[in-house]
Amino acid sequence: MPSWLNLMIESLPSLLWACLLFTIPLTLLSFILGLSLGFVAALVRLFAPWPLAAVVRFYVWIIRGTPLLVQLFLIFYGLPSVGIVLDAFPAALIGFTLNVGAYTSEIVRAVLLSVPKGQWEAAYSIGMTWGQALRRTILPQATRIAVPPLSNTFISLVKDTSLAAAITVPELFRAGQRIVATSYEPLILYVEVALIYLVVSSILSSLQAHVERRFSRYGGYLEAAS
Amino acid sequence: MITVEGVHKSYNGTEVLKGVSLVVPEGSVTALIGASGSGKSTLLRCVNLLELPQAGSVQIGDERVTFDGGNRPGRSEVLALRRQTGMVFQNFQLFPHRTALENVMEGLLTVLRWPRAQAKERAMALLEKVGMAAKADAWPANLSGGQQQRVAIARALAPSPKVLLCDEPTSALDPQLAGEVVEVLSQLAREGTTMLMATHDLRLASTIAAHVLFLDGGDIIESGSARQVFAEPVDPRTRRFVSSLSAVTGASAS
Repeated sequence: MPSWLNLMIESLPSLLWACLLFTIPLTLLSFILGLSLGFVAALVRLFAPWPLAAVVRFYVWIIRGTPLLVQLFLIFYGLPSVGIVLDAFPAALIGFTLNVGAYTSEIVRAVLLSVPKGQWEAAYSIGMTWGQALRRTILPQATRIAVPPLSNTFISLVKDTSLAAAITVPELFRAGQRIVATSYEPLILYVEVALIYLVVSSILSSLQAHVERRFSRYGGYLEAAS
Repeated sequence: MITVEGVHKSYNGTEVLKGVSLVVPEGSVTALIGASGSGKSTLLRCVNLLELPQAGSVQIGDERVTFDGGNRPGRSEVLALRRQTGMVFQNFQLFPHRTALENVMEGLLTVLRWPRAQAKERAMALLEKVGMAAKADAWPANLSGGQQQRVAIARALAPSPKVLLCDEPTSALDPQLAGEVVEVLSQLAREGTTMLMATHDLRLASTIAAHVLFLDGGDIIESGSARQVFAEPVDPRTRRFVSSLSAVTGASAS
């Protein structure tokens, strides 16, 4: 067996372990929390009185306008100066959640606006309240449109979690770095790390296709070529 | 049944309704006719409060909501009034993510909280009535315009509203498909459904409306029985409008 392959196989368990224990939980948790935050933020921007909407705009402006890496450093290395000391994982989780929240709030806002006004009126005309119209009529239609852009965010997020390495979260990329530090084989190890990210992203992409198919059963739209 | 008094509605300073009053008697059909921009759609949407008037009052049955400029009526007041009505839209507006049957069941399940089996039974009976029972499981995207509108009528009727509001129910349909919808609406009219409809469709108005109101520039210019308004309009504006309608449809005004 060539030595490079040997090294790859030997490193695989610890890389997968880091992926399973940190990369995937960080991705899933920050996506779920971030999407919830983004959903609330979008509703506030669309339906709440302007001072609240202004707060959301400010939040989105700050998060989108500054680098994610800088945000992570601020939370992990900066906040202790004002007495807020966080472990690496919670710090990363907060950073990624805020980030996902800002980006998805714009997606959610756009897809809610993309459902024709007549659908709200139809829902109201049979006596629904605002909440019922949103839940039963608007969201199911908006969700279908949201799947591709939200999948984009999700897949980007998987890879972005590698930035957490910089604030000492022992996730996939950092695990790779540690092995490089002792094996002196950066090419082999980073190729392996990249391949693992690629596999995870590919699984998520096929999941996206599956979700889209489920939502397209009611037709009326251009069918995606398959 | 419906009493509208002195309803004013303006958008950005443009007055669309200038103090309109009307009464729709129970068990009969009243048609609102008038050119585009005459305010008939707005008037209809003020009846179920999809648009909130700035002044005036709307009463349906025992529910009454009054507007006096400044303060908006409470949400529950608006809902209580709106739940006396059903509405049919020009562009159908079926819920695309629900089958024909689910569209009709939706109000019963979500608003009236009926048990599923009971809602399904009533929805099937209504689809039967509008001739759409065979397509109960079809998605709206796979139905023709006339079929969609018939399902929409069933959906509007499901919660047993006191009045059915129809906003140009046949305007998006070619004559043949419009025919199916006219047929369904006339059957409802014969059964004594109270209806208020805005329409350009002379055939629809003259077949089923007992009363006709002619709107122009946000006011009711002329009102009377269908025969009277179509055959012997008094106001010159009504005369011009009715003759233009007849010219377009090629139909006799009476």
